[in-house]
Amino acid sequence: MELQFTDEEIAFRDEVRAFLKAELPEDIAGRVRRGEELPKDDYERWHAILNARGWLATIWPKEYGGPGWSVVERHIFEEECAMASAPRIVPFGITMLGPVLQKFGSKEQCDAILPRILNGDDWWCQGYSEPGAGSDLASLRTKAVREGDHYIVNGQKTWTTLGQHADRMFCLVRTDPNVKPQAGISFLLIDMDAPGVEVRPIKLIDGVHDVNDVFFTDVKVPVENLVGEENSGWTIAKFLLTHERTNIAGTGFSNQAFDTVRALARSRRVNGRRLIDDPLFAARLAQAEIDLEAMKITNLRMLARAQKTGQPGLESSMLKIKGTVIRQELNDLARRALGPAAAPFPAEALAGNDAIAPEDHRRNAGAYFNNRKLSIYGGSNEIQRNILTKAMLEL
Amino acid sequence: MDFDQTEDRRMLAETLNRFLADRYDIATRNTVAYDAPWHSPDLWAQMAELGILHALADEDHGGMGGTGFDITTVFEELGRALCPEPVLGALMGLRLLSAAGAETEAVLEGTERLAVAIAEPEAPWGLDHLETRASKAGDGWALTGRKSVVYGGPSATRFLVAALEGDMLGLYEVAAGDARITPYGMVEGGGAAELFLDASPAKRLIPDARTALQDALNAGMIALCAEAVGVAERMKEMLLEHLKTRTQFGRTIGSFQALQHRTVDLVTEIEQMRSITILAADALGGPEADRKAAMAKNLIGRAGRLMSEETMQMHGGIGVTWEAAVSHYAKRIVMIDAQLGDTDYCLSQVMEGLQVA
Ligand SMILES: Cc1cc2nc3c(=O)[nH]c(=O)nc-3n(C[C@H](O)[C@H](O)[C@H](O)COP(=O)(O)OP(=O)(O)OC[C@H]3O[C@@H](n4cnc5c(N)ncnc54)[C@H](O)[C@@H]3O)c2cc1C
Repeated sequence: MELQFTDEEIAFRDEVRAFLKAELPEDIAGRVRRGEELPKDDYERWHAILNARGWLATIWPKEYGGPGWSVVERHIFEEECAMASAPRIVPFGITMLGPVLQKFGSKEQCDAILPRILNGDDWWCQGYSEPGAGSDLASLRTKAVREGDHYIVNGQKTWTTLGQHADRMFCLVRTDPNVKPQAGISFLLIDMDAPGVEVRPIKLIDGVHDVNDVFFTDVKVPVENLVGEENSGWTIAKFLLTHERTNIAGTGFSNQAFDTVRALARSRRVNGRRLIDDPLFAARLAQAEIDLEAMKITNLRMLARAQKTGQPGLESSMLKIKGTVIRQELNDLARRALGPAAAPFPAEALAGNDAIAPEDHRRNAGAYFNNRKLSIYGGSNEIQRNILTKAMLEL
Repeated sequence: MDFDQTEDRRMLAETLNRFLADRYDIATRNTVAYDAPWHSPDLWAQMAELGILHALADEDHGGMGGTGFDITTVFEELGRALCPEPVLGALMGLRLLSAAGAETEAVLEGTERLAVAIAEPEAPWGLDHLETRASKAGDGWALTGRKSVVYGGPSATRFLVAALEGDMLGLYEVAAGDARITPYGMVEGGGAAELFLDASPAKRLIPDARTALQDALNAGMIALCAEAVGVAERMKEMLLEHLKTRTQFGRTIGSFQALQHRTVDLVTEIEQMRSITILAADALGGPEADRKAAMAKNLIGRAGRLMSEETMQMHGGIGVTWEAAVSHYAKRIVMIDAQLGDTDYCLSQVMEGLQVA
């Protein structure tokens, strides 16, 4: 049993820190810290900076341009990025499509698409969910009918994160309606500027626009854009979901959130004392810290196991549930810490001397409500419990 | 023992319910609630005409109600419709004007709008840490200090302000034109304001107003609890509807036991919310009023958060969209906690009472 990082790992961590200090643009980190909606350019600048350093596609094998890190190094990198308020790496190309192409794509597809992902030439989005197919993804109905060299696609995707910026979408479509649902799905790449594609914004609970509806009307997609075999899309989708769940615990985000709330509670005065001196608030914060400390070890234990066995296991479902619950609890504390001062909306409503919350905290209420999504998307926490029940309990 | 509402209050509830249902669908509500002045002056006038405000004051002061149960009757309906009208300011203001023996007619008729300014940036709850000062100025008074998150502040014509002269906490009246006001909207809709007093001219209404202010706070907390009950009842309807109509895996999601049990827990919590609100409403004006109001607000804070989070969760993605009515209810029931005393503040008040034999 050795809970400490090795000397090499510590040296690596210091290298990451130095890099972040030198290279992460302060204006971007500021927006991340304040919880603002990031403009497209912020994501693209950060993407390019990481790519220049060779640290962008952290889960890709070296031959495709990955850094060849161990699971632990990747973990350290993710933690440090979150602590430094780096924006998240948009996962759709790097974390999702990349590994799919490397495993299921043709050589032509890999050669054509992977470099463009690294270079930021194409912004990808994920077209899985539909209005009628959320948790029950296999019931999806967007259909693709083969006509000569093309598929003709009709239907609707929804919840498409950052689809408003996307050049291309990887998409699950129904290619055979006459077999059991899982057996008639294909994995297709669609250009967002193809005729017949329409993107409409969905506004979330805090007024932010980062998801969309996407409609397809007779969209022509070349057959070369099929990944893997026709009707083998479900296998690919499931493979991708295991990758969607890397860094699922989000302990870096939680660490950062915890430090921020603690700092706020130390500086904020409420009814004649610092908030941190209120035993009831302090108790809430201490409980969150305990849960977080335990989860960090749980996360590392599971990473170590994955390092040994070479694949992420079922534990990812546990980490998803615990990780989101802890993040949401910290979001609750950040809102609660402000009391009535969390109310102003939009966040800029009060500025300068009129402001009642510190600048980094004006979106605390909005963030709390927005982050209720964490336990809904990526396989809801109920669905994760179903998975664990089936796989572990033998009931 | 009788938990039925009187005939008069049942009629009041029905009238207000129908009135709001007719004029106030969620789209209208959101247009009104999220844009300056964050309420509808028309609706306000019509509500006053209906006599809603009269239900909030007693007969000695021009009203027709004013008991805890009159207050809960009105606010439960406001909650059900997610109504952002500044009725809380009217309620607390009317109680304070009544205590001062001042004229209430213009307020009851809806022509004057009151906002009650007690809380300050570092003293969000209670009366013990206020710093705004009052000093004599000619025949009247001058106030200096900052009042924060004053509910209904954007459209108030008069502010009733708590301020200290020496150690004595008094109640003062400031005309809207005599202070600097920064109005803004709130995350769940409705308006509030920052009130900057810089030797602002004021009239003293009650020299030692501690008792009256605490009574106004108690009434306000009970009103917020009742509003939360109304919000929760409506959320329950929306949740049940969703559980019955949304299908995944070839069946309604309401057929999953994982969701059924949690929904039963929510329904049970709503009963608890209603009960503690009844308890506090009954105690209003009596010796146990402060502690019972704090108990109620604590339970409402806890149950409200659960209601909000669980209802969103069981809606799935749609529950966190602006488009879905339920998300606005979910915001309101959580943000109610931050008004006049949150879960922890109220718990600490109840804890203090444990020391008393
Ligand atoms: C902000 C946001 C961003 C998203 N981004 C994307 C994206 O980029 N691309 C994409 O394809 N999708 C995306 N999604 C969609 C997301 O994956 C779905 O919302 C999720 O799968 C849940 O589906 P649903 O919303 O239809 O809820 P439903 O499936 O209708 O679920 C409603 C409720 O029922 C519960 N439930 C369902 N089935 C069961 C069961 N068998 N047992 C117990 N409980 C059950 C759920 O847990 C939930 O509580 C996003 C969603 C959100 C909110």
